[in-house]
Amino acid sequence: MSIENNILVKLNNVGFQQNQKWLVKGVSLQVEKGKIVTLIGPNGSGKSTTAKIALGLFKNIEGHVEKFTNNIGYVPQKISIDWTLPLRVRDFMFLTDNLTEDVIDEALSLTGVINLKDKSLGNLSGGEFQRVLLARAISKKPDLLVLDEPVQGVDFTGEIALYELIKEISEKLNCGILLISHDLHTVMSATDHVVCLNGHVCCSGSPKEVAKNSEYKALFGEQAAQTLSIYEHKHDHVHTSDGDIKKN
Amino acid sequence: MFDDFFIRALVAGIGIAFVAGPLGCFVVWRRLSYFGDTLAHSALLGVTIAYSLEFNIAVSIFLISSAIALILIQLQKKTNLPSDALLGLLAHSSLAVGLVVIGFLTFIRFDIMGLLFGDILAVNKKDLVTIWVGGALILLVLRLIWKPLFASTVNYELAQAEGLNPDRAKAIFTILLAAIIAISIKLVGVLLITGMLIIPTAMARNLSDNPQKMVIFAIIGGLLSVFIGLFSSLEFNTPSGPSIIAAALVLFIFSLLKVKQTIQLKN
Repeated sequence: MSIENNILVKLNNVGFQQNQKWLVKGVSLQVEKGKIVTLIGPNGSGKSTTAKIALGLFKNIEGHVEKFTNNIGYVPQKISIDWTLPLRVRDFMFLTDNLTEDVIDEALSLTGVINLKDKSLGNLSGGEFQRVLLARAISKKPDLLVLDEPVQGVDFTGEIALYELIKEISEKLNCGILLISHDLHTVMSATDHVVCLNGHVCCSGSPKEVAKNSEYKALFGEQAAQTLSIYEHKHDHVHTSDGDIKKN
Repeated sequence: MFDDFFIRALVAGIGIAFVAGPLGCFVVWRRLSYFGDTLAHSALLGVTIAYSLEFNIAVSIFLISSAIALILIQLQKKTNLPSDALLGLLAHSSLAVGLVVIGFLTFIRFDIMGLLFGDILAVNKKDLVTIWVGGALILLVLRLIWKPLFASTVNYELAQAEGLNPDRAKAIFTILLAAIIAISIKLVGVLLITGMLIIPTAMARNLSDNPQKMVIFAIIGGLLSVFIGLFSSLEFNTPSGPSIIAAALVLFIFSLLKVKQTIQLKN
């Protein structure tokens, strides 16, 4: 039934507690095909926890999760690779799926890091590493992408380019995206639905609706509401990360 | 050909090196070297049980080590003691209980040095079958769980989120560790098996830039250690286990030169 409604994952009044403390409670949301749902909220508001609940990473949760796909791409918030494990970008790309070289090259090109394919993961900068993480998640052409702060450490122009790429991917692959971010101004323009979290759902709706909401203003301040103006600045060229200039 | 004890020891060592390379990589990557030690120490208890009940030694060790692994997992859930303390508790108490039981079994003559450090003379034709058939099975199972095990070694949540089953892979890997201890105890000995797993692997890390290469170098390092170790054991009449491990150590020291070179190149 839900396949017809295009729903990929649906959280019904879910909550999770750890050491007798509720990390998040009473959250309901759904991600549909071709739609981007963004979770925003201050530190410790339960954004990552909510994403992990949606992914089925916790065993003892309150409420229930309905998942209608198993083809999922995940970019975790933090990932650290031990020195003892030598891992190149190309090895990392094959981590959870048996993909072809072509598919991997395509994904790495999309995020602008094809030149790093044979580099060791340990030698990448923060921004490069995020691009590789994103490339890996999209390479398998997932139905559902869960991106936990996917552009942390990426420079400002790269950030905008990556958000545009994420939007492009959601359209091209017709996949649903659950995005966690706190870069309000850039993220909102690409989002279909915003859920504002602070241990529970403060408010949710389209970006414009949320921006007008008083609870949102209380959380992020009056200024945040104004930064929501859509990013419309256009370039006629882009700088790829290996220094080339590509015309649009 | 297998009538010569030295050939038997060599063939046994080669079989063990092929299995120890890949398993050793995961032991190092997953930081399980002390866990491997704990399983190995408990193997002594397995040996005593095998002798007193006239039971197959390898099977007995395998069962006892697996049981100790299960007890450890339960203890980790039920107490607040840190893992390293729990591992130490189990490692030393199972070693102690094993030695105490040996003290009681006065009617059986044990070669304790042989049990602890390996004995080049101890490997018989039946052991060769156990090592090669058991080793092939271990590698086959490892091949089957490679993807989820490797992915969850890199990142547990990523592997689980994308539909692999890391918990099952981890449980199976623990059983494989118990199995390699069971097949290699005669040649390497209770106290040094973990060395066979991690020293060639540590050497391999210094020479590799990707996981496949590291596994292959770990196997090569293990093979070289077995060759050098067994020949010197024969030559100098030293116990086989320490000779193999000492050879592995020498190889590791040589591999450090390569690390030094790459560091200099970078500067």
